[in-house]
Amino acid sequence: MTQMNMIQALNSALFHALEKDSSVLLLGEDVGLNGGVFRVTEGLQKKFGEKKVIDTPLSESGIVGSSIGLAIAGFKPVAEIQFSGFIYPAFDQLISHAARMRNRTRGKYSCPLVVRTPCSGGVRALEHHSESTESIFIHTPGLKVVMPSTPNDAKGLLLSAIFDPDPVIFFEPMKLYRQLKQEVKEDFFEIPLGKAKIVKPGEHVSMVSFGTMVPQCIKALELLDKKGISAELIDLRSLSPLDFETIQDSVHKTGRLAIVHEAPRTLGLGAEIAATIAERNVLDLEAPITRITGFDTIMPYYRLENDFIPSSERIAFEVEKIVRF
Amino acid sequence: MAKKTVFSGKVEFVQVLDKDGKADKTLLPKLSKEELKQLYRWMVFARIADEKCLKLQRAGRIGTFAQILGQEAQVGVALALKKNDWLVPSFRENALIWALGAKAEDIYQLFGGFEKGQQFSGLNILPISVPVGTHPLHAVGIAWAFKLRNEKKVVATFFGDGATSEGDFHEALNFASVFQVPCVFFCQNNQYAISVPRKKQSHAQTLAQKGLAYGMDGIQVDGNDVLAVYRVARTAIEKARFGGGPTLVELVTYRMADHTTADDATKYRTKTEVEYWKKRDPILRMQHYLKTKRLWTEKWEDTLGIQIRSQIEKSVQIYEALSQPQVGEMFDFLFEKKTPELEQQKNKLQNWKNQEEGKV
Repeated sequence: MTQMNMIQALNSALFHALEKDSSVLLLGEDVGLNGGVFRVTEGLQKKFGEKKVIDTPLSESGIVGSSIGLAIAGFKPVAEIQFSGFIYPAFDQLISHAARMRNRTRGKYSCPLVVRTPCSGGVRALEHHSESTESIFIHTPGLKVVMPSTPNDAKGLLLSAIFDPDPVIFFEPMKLYRQLKQEVKEDFFEIPLGKAKIVKPGEHVSMVSFGTMVPQCIKALELLDKKGISAELIDLRSLSPLDFETIQDSVHKTGRLAIVHEAPRTLGLGAEIAATIAERNVLDLEAPITRITGFDTIMPYYRLENDFIPSSERIAFEVEKIVRF
Repeated sequence: MAKKTVFSGKVEFVQVLDKDGKADKTLLPKLSKEELKQLYRWMVFARIADEKCLKLQRAGRIGTFAQILGQEAQVGVALALKKNDWLVPSFRENALIWALGAKAEDIYQLFGGFEKGQQFSGLNILPISVPVGTHPLHAVGIAWAFKLRNEKKVVATFFGDGATSEGDFHEALNFASVFQVPCVFFCQNNQYAISVPRKKQSHAQTLAQKGLAYGMDGIQVDGNDVLAVYRVARTAIEKARFGGGPTLVELVTYRMADHTTADDATKYRTKTEVEYWKKRDPILRMQHYLKTKRLWTEKWEDTLGIQIRSQIEKSVQIYEALSQPQVGEMFDFLFEKKTPELEQQKNKLQNWKNQEEGKV
């Protein structure tokens, strides 16, 4: 075990993937010599060579479109889109082709590729650098979507994503890149996609979250604890497929549900979870389900970003309301 | 010197058979009698099979269909490709797909609402791509894989004149050239993107010259001359195979039919124009040439027609004997392994169908 932050854990995952399987390739803007703008791919080109860790032209659709071809021809490309707010030129390739190739050919071809992309706000960045776009991909049949919140999960989930037989969009919350260090196994390990994690068990209310909001929820747990509220916190980790079973079991126990995400509210993942739990757990519920989310606004420039992003205080305040309902 | 020319380029036009089928002997590719007859056979097959598709559509037996009428000389590329090479087509390459060995019923299935028709079983052909200009990037990726593995294989990709206005086309050319991958880009300039004519698509004098900006050769070909198509394709494909990088080939042709069965081309083009191109028909032109080589007789043509028609009738029978796909099929190929939610949705639909059909 070694102390690693998320950057180091992701770097370790990519190292093991490249070492384990000669069909793994990394490609993207600045991923080679420069080691990526966040240093996630640092040292990998030097170790594995320019044929494995490839600097590409500034061309998001080119990166993803050619990754589709590489994947069809037997490679496992791990493409980096420098910020999730710049993924849109590649959107057509992801939605119209990567997500559909297996279905369209009834299994003759598939696209085992990963698109890694930094996401979400809280780092005082320029416009387009702080977006939470996961719902658009979750809504697309044929794609898997992952967003870790800890170094250990980041490593294990990225390795699962790379060796998954289908396309995975892997969101990396920038704010968490260097925020937390924890013990991470140095060697190869996988954490299965589609499994949520109970961060802290609790009695009175279920809090479901992911990405940047998990550390905020952990802080909120302390605030709630002081008020005598025992909340259960679930980190979804995989957003598609989604582990409804863990959420259902938790709500069955607590009777209350709060969903916390940074992305805008309307048709955010919280909407889908709320609807599904309302259908499946109606007899368990003792209070309305609540969503604590970003707003249906453009992500503001950094002066106001912390008003957009749910804070631990706002989370605790809203959760307390449904507990006292 | 303050001013100097730092780049100049040229685009050649290649025609082997003139519009009456008379050959330029200096440009004639070396082909055996059998190969010459094969090119002709492929074109005649494509015309009859294509016409059958139209009839099936008009009779409501397949869905919306894009004809290739007039663009049969694309089969020249089939003769230039080797068995392990790949094709990444758009939706107007049926003649080429058939020439590469797909069955007529594959295309009937595909336009008849069966995804299975996209498989082209046993052939290195990607499914036809409907979003215009998006798939050349897939060809680049596959060709890149060949280069990374040191395999001497080539990818040919096809798209239309309209596709050259799409961003992905440019990203594909750029990637192909930067990474020097063995990919040949064939632009079927059939003069129309639905109703928008070529001159409104680009102010450039040729589409082939767009290759020059990316550091690759661009060449324009009489796309209704199957021997010119073969000649240029072979050169570009073999150049790519041996590390010479990509080429952009513009095949100048004409879409004799409507854009699809849902279109009416009389709204936007004149009879005179259509007549002009009719005189440049790729099949008649090759027929004239074969006649001068004493390789064509009326009797051969008749026999060929009978053989092809009976083969196509068999394909139609196979297509029409297909049963409706199982309803669960739509859930089965999203992922290698179905997710629990997809499993539930599949069961829900299946139960509804059973109830509807009175099975429960």
